[in-house]
Amino acid sequence: MTATVPYGRVTQKPPAVSDIHVLWLTAGLGCDGDSVSITAATQPSIEDVLLGAIPGLPKVHLHNPVLAVEVGSDFLKPWYQAKEGKLDPFVLVVEGSIPNEKIKEEGYWAAMGTDTATGQPIKTTTWIDWLAPKALGVVAIGTCATYGGIHAMQGNPTGCMGLADYLGWEWRSKAGLPIVNVPGCPVQPDNFMETLLYLLYQVAGLAPMIPLDDELRPTWLFGQTVHEGCDRAGYYEQGDFATEYGSPKCIVKLGCWGPVVNCNVPKRGWMNGIGGCPNVGGICIGCTMPGFPDKFMPFMDEPPGARLSSIGVQLYGRTIRALRSFTNSTVNKEPKWRHPRPELTTGYHPRTY
Amino acid sequence: MATATVPLKETKGKQRKLVEMNWDPITRIVGSLGIFTKIDFDNKEVAECHSTSSIFRGYSIFMKGKDPRDAHFITSRICGICGDNHATCATYAQNMAFGVRPPNIGEWIVNLGEAAEYMFDHNIFQDNLVGVDFCEQMVRATNPSVWEKAKKTAAPHAADHGYRTIADIMTALNPFTGEFYRETLHVSRYTREAFCLMEGRHVHPSTLYPGGVGTVPTVQLFTDYLVRLARYAEFMKKCLPLHDDLFDFWYDALPGYEKVGYRRTLLGCWGSFNNPDLCDYTYQNMSKWGDAMFVTPGVVVDGKLVTHDLVKINLGIRILLGHSFYDDWADQETFVREDPLGNPVDQRHPWNQTTIPRPQKRDFDGAYSWTMSPRWFDGKDYLALDTGGGPIARFWATALAGLVDIGYVKATGKSVKMYLPKTATKPEAEFEWKIPKWSNAIERDRARTYFQVYAAAAAYHFVEKALAELHAGRTKTWNDFTVPEEAISCGFHEAVRGVLSHHVVIRNGKIANYHPYPPTPWNGSVRDVYGTPGPYEDAVQNTPIFEENGQENFKGIDIMRAVRSFDPCLPCGVHMYLGNGKVVETHHSPFFLNHR
Repeated sequence: MTATVPYGRVTQKPPAVSDIHVLWLTAGLGCDGDSVSITAATQPSIEDVLLGAIPGLPKVHLHNPVLAVEVGSDFLKPWYQAKEGKLDPFVLVVEGSIPNEKIKEEGYWAAMGTDTATGQPIKTTTWIDWLAPKALGVVAIGTCATYGGIHAMQGNPTGCMGLADYLGWEWRSKAGLPIVNVPGCPVQPDNFMETLLYLLYQVAGLAPMIPLDDELRPTWLFGQTVHEGCDRAGYYEQGDFATEYGSPKCIVKLGCWGPVVNCNVPKRGWMNGIGGCPNVGGICIGCTMPGFPDKFMPFMDEPPGARLSSIGVQLYGRTIRALRSFTNSTVNKEPKWRHPRPELTTGYHPRTY
Repeated sequence: MATATVPLKETKGKQRKLVEMNWDPITRIVGSLGIFTKIDFDNKEVAECHSTSSIFRGYSIFMKGKDPRDAHFITSRICGICGDNHATCATYAQNMAFGVRPPNIGEWIVNLGEAAEYMFDHNIFQDNLVGVDFCEQMVRATNPSVWEKAKKTAAPHAADHGYRTIADIMTALNPFTGEFYRETLHVSRYTREAFCLMEGRHVHPSTLYPGGVGTVPTVQLFTDYLVRLARYAEFMKKCLPLHDDLFDFWYDALPGYEKVGYRRTLLGCWGSFNNPDLCDYTYQNMSKWGDAMFVTPGVVVDGKLVTHDLVKINLGIRILLGHSFYDDWADQETFVREDPLGNPVDQRHPWNQTTIPRPQKRDFDGAYSWTMSPRWFDGKDYLALDTGGGPIARFWATALAGLVDIGYVKATGKSVKMYLPKTATKPEAEFEWKIPKWSNAIERDRARTYFQVYAAAAAYHFVEKALAELHAGRTKTWNDFTVPEEAISCGFHEAVRGVLSHHVVIRNGKIANYHPYPPTPWNGSVRDVYGTPGPYEDAVQNTPIFEENGQENFKGIDIMRAVRSFDPCLPCGVHMYLGNGKVVETHHSPFFLNHR
């Protein structure tokens, strides 16, 4: 029997690259929270990507220590192959901030695997030095890997930093891609999987260069502020602010940094549209931002900028709220002609009934 | 994997041929762990075990001088799978320090969030990470005869879970392609949705605060939670019998398997789910409200409950230095000489610890670890308690104490009974966890499944309590407080994988000292200054080898099952390298020698 090509297969075709490996280094100074986070993603889910649920993309081979079947050297085999240029193409995902190993005489802050020659751990920075030049693209997942995050807080002993601080902000992969940063502490699950999907489309030859902003974030995910997507922004506009946690009103006076933070979580929810931050009563602590955490601490104080702008909005907002309250009570009443009386008052005048 | 063959003198005096086998990194756990062993293939047992972790971050250092209100936001980032346990524990310590008691509904919301965390986390670890060690793909590669037997063994509870044979269960556990693997991944999502309803975001919550929560209590909130809980209860009515079938089969198929991961019963549980009717967060009343927790705190030694008093538990904690990359703090400042009840506090208690890192080369004769050795001092011995991955210790302490009795859950003194009401397609069901014969790999894993039911049953109680508050119009979720200039406090909780404590000292309104102690430093601790080994070593050393592969294709599956039964979570361990103090041979052959 000769194979027939289905009538509908017009635009579907094999991807420009048939297979791609994802080497996911979790050995930065992190908590593995981003790896755990992506198991919550549904748009797409991790199994959607691995089982090929979305057509036209290369087959993805994931090498992530949290999910891998293989252990030890079985697990590390593709990593060494990639180092030797025998695993191509691959995308390197880096999770956790990059410690400064130069500030001490010996020892290590972060490592994965053991060097057989010396018996010492292989530093995370060594893996990055080996693999970044060979990678088709490099993605930093979570705020630790993108900008340093919690572990790079003032007073930290390891001198850690983001991946772009380590490789250089102008760094380009051998394919000409800049580092792609997907911040968040942890990363919002779908934000990352969607970015990965975009990159797979790009590799497959189905999408142009991924659009990134100056902080190397995908523009469609981080172009708006928390406040712009927050369903409590209406309270702000009306100058109606919560004075205690648990109130459904705007919590900017309780420490929320939403008006100045690039993040889509209140709009998108945390997972499947559920949860989030200020939209569900959690102050935005700026966890997606390069200035996180120090520039937002102490978290539970009103941001200095909010004080001025909220005073400004209060006069206008209170007036508007009063007017709206009046209109609201009007629109909460039905029109007069809906009644059970034996007369028609709708304005229609029947010729005969 | 290294395969240097080294003749090593055994204690009995005869020569043993030991083969060095290493796995670094250990996967399907959270964090970076390496296991270094010496295996006696002739006698089919593990002779030595060292485990390593390779990360140091320094929370206790960079938290100094910070606002104490920030502690829960910061410490959540210690762990990427149970960060909310840290955040919760930190708010407990904040409540004590600030002298604030959350409104009841706030406490029920926290309990609902934490219950969802147990439901999610045990579920994903059990069936998406540990489960792979029991799946068809793995068993065929390590024990073909067990696979053959599984094909012929009918599953006793097939009517409950729908899998006819044990082999069918194993196939369903295959990663990504297995039906049950994919189902549990899905379950891990709606349980996290339930979590996010209460705590905002998984894994670092947004709505927890000292004094209560920011979550807005509405009919919608609790309804959305309840429908997910009911779905989970329905799932557990098949999940638990499935795991019983699988684990019972293991004992049948491989007689002697009870020795895998076996360890003397030395269990710690710091209690979970505060009861807002009694918990006022004062240290003075801690013994009382500790007893009122919905998972009872306790120390279990050789099957006996040594104490269930949180004050005693607190005062018994010691941090010993061991072979670590730190300088000692014996001569450093003593922050707390007496607890608020006037009891003396040791210099090696977390309140008085000063963390002074000193990075250096890994040297098995000297320092080889980023961890210290937490121990519990019973007045005589420094006990190397483990958590057994959490559930087995929680059950054991709760069962023996016999204090929990909320209808849905009852501790009987020798078991714990749990009730799940009717769900969409399954009738009501009662399950009973009974004290097992051993503290071993299989029983740690089994307790995990049973605790998933415990968390669900308790959550039904919490939903009812929260709804009662809501219906009565008591919807205030948070109480105000002021940060004192000086304070000491502690928080006790159960992280998913076991004991969790946060100890804080406040001076001049800032954090002067902060030391969190999560489960993995206990489980993966190094041999301490008194020579007592840590729990992993104990459990792995002398584990018999049942794997059918010889040295050439050795996977180390029995060792993996022993280690993973503790639910290792290395970001919490942060910093450990664990050994038994002996010199490890310095010559290695290439790691890939035996690998495909």
